[in-house]
Amino acid sequence: MDRRYYFLKGGIMTDVKEPLQLGSSGDTLREAFGRGITQLASENKRIVVLDADVAGGTGLHHFRKAFPDRFIQCGIAEQNMMAMAGGLAATGLIPIVTTFAVFALRAVEQARLSLAYTERNVKIVASHPGLDVGPDGASAQCLEDLAIFRAIPGMTVLSAADPNEAYAAAEVIVEFNGPLYLRTGRSPAKTVYGSAHKMTIGKGDILVDGDDVTIIACGVEVARAVEASKLLKNDGISARVVNMSSIKPLDRHLIETCARETGAIVSAEDHNIYGGLGGAVAEALTMTFPVPQEFVGVRDTFGKSGEPEELAELYGLTAQFISEAARKAIMRKGK
Amino acid sequence: MNPNDIAVLARQIRRYALLSIHSATSGHPGGALSCSDILAVLYGNELGSQDKDVPASERNRFIMSKGHACPALYAAWAATKLINPQELTTLRHLAGRLEGHPHVGATPLAETSTGSLGQGISVACGIALGARMQGWSNRVYALLGDGEMQEGEVWEALMFANHHKLGNLCAIIDYNKLQSDNTNAKIMGLEPLQDKLRAFGWNVTEIDGHNLNEIAGGFDQARKDTSSPTIILAHTRKGQGVSFMVGKPNWHGSLLLTDEDFTKSLIELGVHETETPAWIDGTIFSKVAL
Repeated sequence: MDRRYYFLKGGIMTDVKEPLQLGSSGDTLREAFGRGITQLASENKRIVVLDADVAGGTGLHHFRKAFPDRFIQCGIAEQNMMAMAGGLAATGLIPIVTTFAVFALRAVEQARLSLAYTERNVKIVASHPGLDVGPDGASAQCLEDLAIFRAIPGMTVLSAADPNEAYAAAEVIVEFNGPLYLRTGRSPAKTVYGSAHKMTIGKGDILVDGDDVTIIACGVEVARAVEASKLLKNDGISARVVNMSSIKPLDRHLIETCARETGAIVSAEDHNIYGGLGGAVAEALTMTFPVPQEFVGVRDTFGKSGEPEELAELYGLTAQFISEAARKAIMRKGK
Repeated sequence: MNPNDIAVLARQIRRYALLSIHSATSGHPGGALSCSDILAVLYGNELGSQDKDVPASERNRFIMSKGHACPALYAAWAATKLINPQELTTLRHLAGRLEGHPHVGATPLAETSTGSLGQGISVACGIALGARMQGWSNRVYALLGDGEMQEGEVWEALMFANHHKLGNLCAIIDYNKLQSDNTNAKIMGLEPLQDKLRAFGWNVTEIDGHNLNEIAGGFDQARKDTSSPTIILAHTRKGQGVSFMVGKPNWHGSLLLTDEDFTKSLIELGVHETETPAWIDGTIFSKVAL
């Protein structure tokens, strides 16, 4: 750098003041998780939060404010943050590694070796998954995380459906012992649960009962699946809706039951159709009770800038698309 | 241990490391030999007791960030009786627990699992910070390879440790100037390394990594100045102790250690000619009192 700039009056090096640290707000999954974990941390002193300069956006600004001594700023250096969390866990602390989903991908190999292979009690909590990210565009819209983290041995993978489930997830992940990946969400989200909801690792949850087809969804697609079941009902189709927030371990028993009882499955996720929830459901069906399955998700392409609802329309994630997939799956029964 | 004992320990680490590599028929001798003296000082004196009954808050931790050199680590454990020396003949064997790269799940003494360069120093940062947050008195050590310094994660960790002033952390660079395919200078130059490390805010001590007094002196200095983390830049020779391996990149890991190579190495490491067959077939552990 040209050293002259150091000495310019009002220049770039002399004029920087510490800004007021702000945080997001609103009814989003990230906010709800941030409040949930902060609430828990007042009782559980072993909880520490790691951040890579995105706490304002991940909802962890609540924790930063309440527990500055247990908030570990790691800078924009996710690889070190991820492996470092393994070291903290080795001393008995419970590190919550927080970042945007796409930046967690940057440190997948650290999560694999220093958290999963070592069986560390570390929780990776990723906000900003999928097209739900919206205007920031494809570089920030993580459509691969469920597939990638699911493929790591010993890694539990969760995706909260709404703010109430994201809030509840805080307690569930802290009680759980072992490496875990949790997806929250960026944009204001519809609620499907009341505030008393409890999340259970390894269990799917039937939100709407039905006989003709089962829609198995996670994340923001759960609310859209519920909406799709209403559209289908108007046409006399009885669709069951399952929130499969536990992608690994997967509730194979419930999937098999739904396959037997409804004879057709639709998976719906804000993720690539390859390898995520849809892939996991297909594996379970093939090994238990194969029935037709249709995949709602992003069809192996990158997203682009736009509002989340516009993107859902463009990439085929809306209730309308889910209901059409359900019709298709029903048509394929017995063929 | 007194200096003579440390020298004996270092020689034993070299013999043991080669024995395990020979019996595994694969492994990384060059980088194991270059860090044997450092490991001797660590396990002989600096780390103190590694027994399980030492409270977590007091036990010093060592992480082999350059995980491929683990034959020297396992050898150091064996030579200080932390594991049964007989176990060295099971390196990389399916039925054994001495994995090809250190794995904490198999051998808790490893503290973490390494073998992917750059991660061990990050884990060491985490242990050092976790220890400090809980008011522990122990210290944390990590040994890095010079080739490892090319990993971006290492520099993230260096920045982190300085920012958080982890004075209970000491890193050692086994600076043997060679990496898998060629010299550091040819692959991706590291110099001026000391300047870079200082610019990252660490205390830096440059030593001869085969001089036991200088190694111990480096650790002394690290313990004295805990205002910042310390890095010991240890100048070493790859293959040190075995003349035909010194300075040869091929001995990083791609050459098979034949019976003949192993015999020649053992003689250079002070084993009597008549004893070498027992080292080759592994019966040395039942023949001599250890």
